[in-house]
Amino acid sequence: MAVEHRIATPHREGSGPAPLILRAVTPTFQPTTVEEDLRKIAATVRLKIVKTIALAGLGHVGGDLSVTDILTALYFAVLDVDPADPTKPERDRFILSKGHCAAAFYSVLALRGFFDPEAVDTFMKPLSPLNGHPNRRKIPGVEANTGPLGHGLPIGLGAAIGAKLSGQSWRTFVVVGDGELQEGSNWEAAMAAGHRGLDNLTVIVDRNRFQQGAGTEATNRLEPLADKFRAFGWDAVDVDGHDVAALHVLLAAKGGDKPRAIIAKTYKGRGVSFMENLVDWHHKVPSAEQVEIALKELTR
Amino acid sequence: MSAAEAPRVAGSVETFDCRVAFADEVIKLARADERIVVVCNDSVGSSNMGAFQKEFPDRLVNVGIAEQNMVGVGAGLANAGMIPFVCAAGPFLTGRATEQIKADCAYSQYPVVLCGMSPGMAYGELGPTHHSIEDFAWMRAIAELTIMAPVDPAETRQAVQWAAQAGKPVYMRVARFKVPAVTGAEHKWEPGKISTLRDGGDVTLAAIGTMVSRAIEAADLLAREGIAARVLNVSTLKPLDEETILKAARETGRIVTAEEAVSTGGLGGAIAELVSQHHPVPMRILGVPGFAPTGDTQFLLDHFGLNVEGLAKAARDLMGTRSRP
Ligand SMILES: Cc1ncc(C[n+]2csc(CCOP(=O)(O)OP(=O)(O)O)c2C)c(N)n1
Ligand SMILES: [Mg+2]
Repeated sequence: MAVEHRIATPHREGSGPAPLILRAVTPTFQPTTVEEDLRKIAATVRLKIVKTIALAGLGHVGGDLSVTDILTALYFAVLDVDPADPTKPERDRFILSKGHCAAAFYSVLALRGFFDPEAVDTFMKPLSPLNGHPNRRKIPGVEANTGPLGHGLPIGLGAAIGAKLSGQSWRTFVVVGDGELQEGSNWEAAMAAGHRGLDNLTVIVDRNRFQQGAGTEATNRLEPLADKFRAFGWDAVDVDGHDVAALHVLLAAKGGDKPRAIIAKTYKGRGVSFMENLVDWHHKVPSAEQVEIALKELTR
Repeated sequence: MSAAEAPRVAGSVETFDCRVAFADEVIKLARADERIVVVCNDSVGSSNMGAFQKEFPDRLVNVGIAEQNMVGVGAGLANAGMIPFVCAAGPFLTGRATEQIKADCAYSQYPVVLCGMSPGMAYGELGPTHHSIEDFAWMRAIAELTIMAPVDPAETRQAVQWAAQAGKPVYMRVARFKVPAVTGAEHKWEPGKISTLRDGGDVTLAAIGTMVSRAIEAADLLAREGIAARVLNVSTLKPLDEETILKAARETGRIVTAEEAVSTGGLGGAIAELVSQHHPVPMRILGVPGFAPTGDTQFLLDHFGLNVEGLAKAARDLMGTRSRP
């Protein structure tokens, strides 16, 4: 149940349209493990991202397009979640720690049937439930109100500990940005997860090698990243973060007796030639002309 | 200068992004004083520090996305004799690194200049995680920390100059949401002093930051209704200029406060704490009552009545009068 958050609005009482409440709809795409289908879904997600950001005139297109295949593999091939019952206790938990990539997250949730894909058109518009960063009080399927970086992994750690304590077999997945890993809170959580041998916790690093203003290695070096996780008691594997089939296989497999870090090599702006692998597109908004070119490239 | 930082003409009044004056002044100081350094959290662009970085690449310490480390590093740089300007988006600076601000800067009395960029609801649509509206309340609770919110580019420059040589920790808001120049060229900003921008004996409008220009307009509106409103520009929130506030309480008998911040523990709270103990007068405290819904900055200010009409209405309430056509 979405909880409506009411704020006194002394100057607008009774005015304006009724608040948009997000509810489950018939999914645009059904869950699938067929590679070709997953690719088709990812392509649709990318189109939706670009259209959404063009409409809003705001957003984080670079990281949205780098995380698209990861989110697609998770939501359509891996996660045990049910849009008709988004808070069922035994659901897998997913946390998008890099909450600035809300446009990608909302597009995937909508195409999976958590709410009407048309609602995504209200992204960041006045009084929309779809804020620039995800809000679990208004959006079915969202587990945590992320946005400040470095919060998702500790919350995921708590969920994973909770599952163990209550003897439940559901899993917890957290997607973090690579720049985000500079936040110390991640490493506090990583240390605790390794210490506890939480095989029910998986972190996926969207390793696009850029943060907001520059490359990660030029700013505050992360490498050797897999070894860092290993040193903290994790299994760590590298994967092509745009290969939905490989992502599916890795994500579906349960680890041994350790938490698992999947370092997904990706490109910011993936799929749009003039955005790909360029730091400028962290949160730049494409012009009308650029949107047209981008949509054409993504439709090919 | 990017389009976002260029002055914009709203109606007939030119408005400014104070980050421009801020960066310009820090660079000027840095040219004259080698001890000036900037500390960032992947926020070089959002703090408008690109030009500083170009001119002084070694003196811009970008610690990455790591605010607690950033503030600790600021204290360490001060320990080493440098004058650090720690520049980060307000919510992450004051929220994530609160304890570093308290223990490393304030309690240890290291003269770090903590610069909360894009404060208030400047990041409107990005939502409550990115709004820096708790900063006044959080920072006010910390002893021996000066808190400033310069009102326009001219005050921003003077506040930067003062903070660099203050020899004590300072938190200052650096406005991104565009504001008009409300202080004249002859205005001499004094740390810890409230400036009176309009005189009046019926009601006091005490405002801070983005609310000041709205308070001036509200005073003009009220004047046409026969209400003489005094407008106070509270650009130093702590230490509070108690003398000017108590004088206003005595002379006008009513106080409206307005801040682009939560309505608890900030400017309204500070003034209420003071007058309730020394000269109680009826008050209205305008601020943000909770987590904001989705919307751009202007939408949200209007939504919460943090605008000319909201200020005027609060003043009329205190006067016991209604709007006249
Ligand atoms: C605590 C905190 N500090 C700073 C920011 C501002 N910020 C938003 S996105 C971003 C860069 C993130 O880089 P990365 O994690 O690599 O994400 P991606 O490249 O996938 O977009 C920054 C610094 C923030 N949201 N939270
Ligand atoms: Mg990145």
